[in-house]
Amino acid sequence: MEWKKVVEQMFPAGHEVRQEGDLLLGQGRCGKHTFAVIGTTNHTEVGAELALAMAAAVLAVIHDHPARPIVFLVDTSGQRLRHRDEMLGLNGYMAHLAKCVEMARRRGHAIISLVYEQALSGGFLANGMMADVCAALPQAEIRVMGLAAMARVTRISEERLAELSISSPVFAPGAHNYLLMGGLDALWEGDLSACLTDALEHVDATDHRRVRGLERGGRMFADPVTQRVLASA
Amino acid sequence: MTMENLKYRFDGGKPTPGVAAIVGVLGSGNLEVMVEPAALGGACEIEVSTAARGFGAIWQAVMGDFFARHRAGDIRILVNDAGATPAIVSLRLDQAIETYTAKGQMPKQMPKKEK
Amino acid sequence: MIHSYYESSARARIAGLLDADSFHEWLFAEDRVTSPHLAILEQPAAFDDGVIIGQGSIAEKQIFIAAQEGGFMGGAVGEVHGAKIVGVLERAVRDHPAAVLLLLETGGVRLQEANAGLIAVSEVMRAILSARAAGVPVIVAIGGQYGCFGGMGIAARCASTIIMSEEGRLGLSGPEVIETARGVEEYDSRDRALVWRTVGGKHRYLLGECDMIVPDGIAAFQHAITASIEKGDDWSLAALEQEHQLLADRVKRFGACKDGRDIWRELGWADPDALAMMDNDEFVAAAQGHRAK
Repeated sequence: MEWKKVVEQMFPAGHEVRQEGDLLLGQGRCGKHTFAVIGTTNHTEVGAELALAMAAAVLAVIHDHPARPIVFLVDTSGQRLRHRDEMLGLNGYMAHLAKCVEMARRRGHAIISLVYEQALSGGFLANGMMADVCAALPQAEIRVMGLAAMARVTRISEERLAELSISSPVFAPGAHNYLLMGGLDALWEGDLSACLTDALEHVDATDHRRVRGLERGGRMFADPVTQRVLASA
Repeated sequence: MTMENLKYRFDGGKPTPGVAAIVGVLGSGNLEVMVEPAALGGACEIEVSTAARGFGAIWQAVMGDFFARHRAGDIRILVNDAGATPAIVSLRLDQAIETYTAKGQMPKQMPKKEK
Repeated sequence: MIHSYYESSARARIAGLLDADSFHEWLFAEDRVTSPHLAILEQPAAFDDGVIIGQGSIAEKQIFIAAQEGGFMGGAVGEVHGAKIVGVLERAVRDHPAAVLLLLETGGVRLQEANAGLIAVSEVMRAILSARAAGVPVIVAIGGQYGCFGGMGIAARCASTIIMSEEGRLGLSGPEVIETARGVEEYDSRDRALVWRTVGGKHRYLLGECDMIVPDGIAAFQHAITASIEKGDDWSLAALEQEHQLLADRVKRFGACKDGRDIWRELGWADPDALAMMDNDEFVAAAQGHRAK
């Protein structure tokens, strides 16, 4: 879905979200709340400058609007695959963004993210996956890598991977698999402003993903293993 | 790649006390070996999980040699193999049993913390 | 005799870094906590799923530790592997050891369990930051053959301190990934010197992407870790704003550079090629005033 439509549906009480290159910035109103909006569009690759710009936006919200909830609108084809960005330390820029989001959370900002188009690996880790509530539109594409590329790297045939992906959500692309594994809290359908209001009411700062993965039957080992570490003599 | 699982049992070894130990790494051309105590009436049980199929006879010979060298009983050995040569397998098995018995003889064991 | 960190297995690193006989492993192999996803794909599963965790002491300070084994699937993070690291960090939030030590050696997410691995890396990132927010410093050491890449390259930079050796490599996308996507003209993954100028320890130290650089030896890492525990941590908005300035200056100053050498020249190294030949002490001394930090 086009970002403008998403924003209009999320913020029926009005918004000032603008596009600067591939970056989305602004604010929107839903119910009695004003949300800071930070996002990307055009399936963009997240490079050093873009990660830095998002971090700057988070720091600005912390500074100017204490406790204002933040919505991340996610549309990225992943981290920028360039020699230059690696040389500059793109992982450091991504981590900086993640740290800014964590700082916002710890200073009382609710963090909600919505994958409205695409989310791939590295580009998703630093903002969308750092949220208290991470949601996706049902048609959104979420993945680490496509099956064809995965087949090349793992030397397992694509046919075999496709066959296995029917019964297991553990490696195949798809928002539904991320839902089963607890990586997504919910798929948002219908009234997006109602979904947003509901998400804000249920925000809490604890990472519940591995518990959700267990409850939904998609990730049966993460929580028990963590619990065993906590209980080890 | 299809895994193959092999099992061996050698009777009549001498009971060998020790503390469970792992040596080696499960990487290409290498293997990891774990030795742990097991009440097997003096026997030594070995379970091999290997990525290289069809070498059962060689494994049998290597394991037989190992048991003849150490005559270690009341132990269970688990092997995860990613295509190691027989020489590497023998070396790792020797290292594993040495580490297992040495750990058993250490004067102070890490005290288990009270819960 | 110098014990090479680079050449050592994860278990040997733990044995060498921690005080003698102080290491106590959690979820040891006897517990049979291995990856449930590999057998279906006909791949062998390691006893410890490629990461060894537990507690011990270093210079008599109680620490928790997780050490990735690069030799098993390139140290890649799967569901169990990631959950073990998360467990260590969450336990640190509860028990407050003097530090958590992460010996990272990984290509990132394990593709055979990609979705679980990606979520696990994200959980590790949040858990690292939770430990820091609880006042427990998280110290990362990078000096193995496989470097530290993928999502774990991001996770590493969420820690309080990063210690690297010259041989260590730290980044997001590995050279092969970029070469596959963009061609050899963009990044020749077989040009070892180029890779080293892009993600190697000395370059990362000069950029300010790692805090300390040490020679390749377990004892050298041990000293640096002890010093890092003493130094403690600064998890604060002020520190984040300072980092923001540093990163903003970096793209401004070096954004047009084509090669690591251009950056070093800009930092005042008259002869960038000489840098590769310097031993660690010489390099650290020469780097005073010629680092972007």
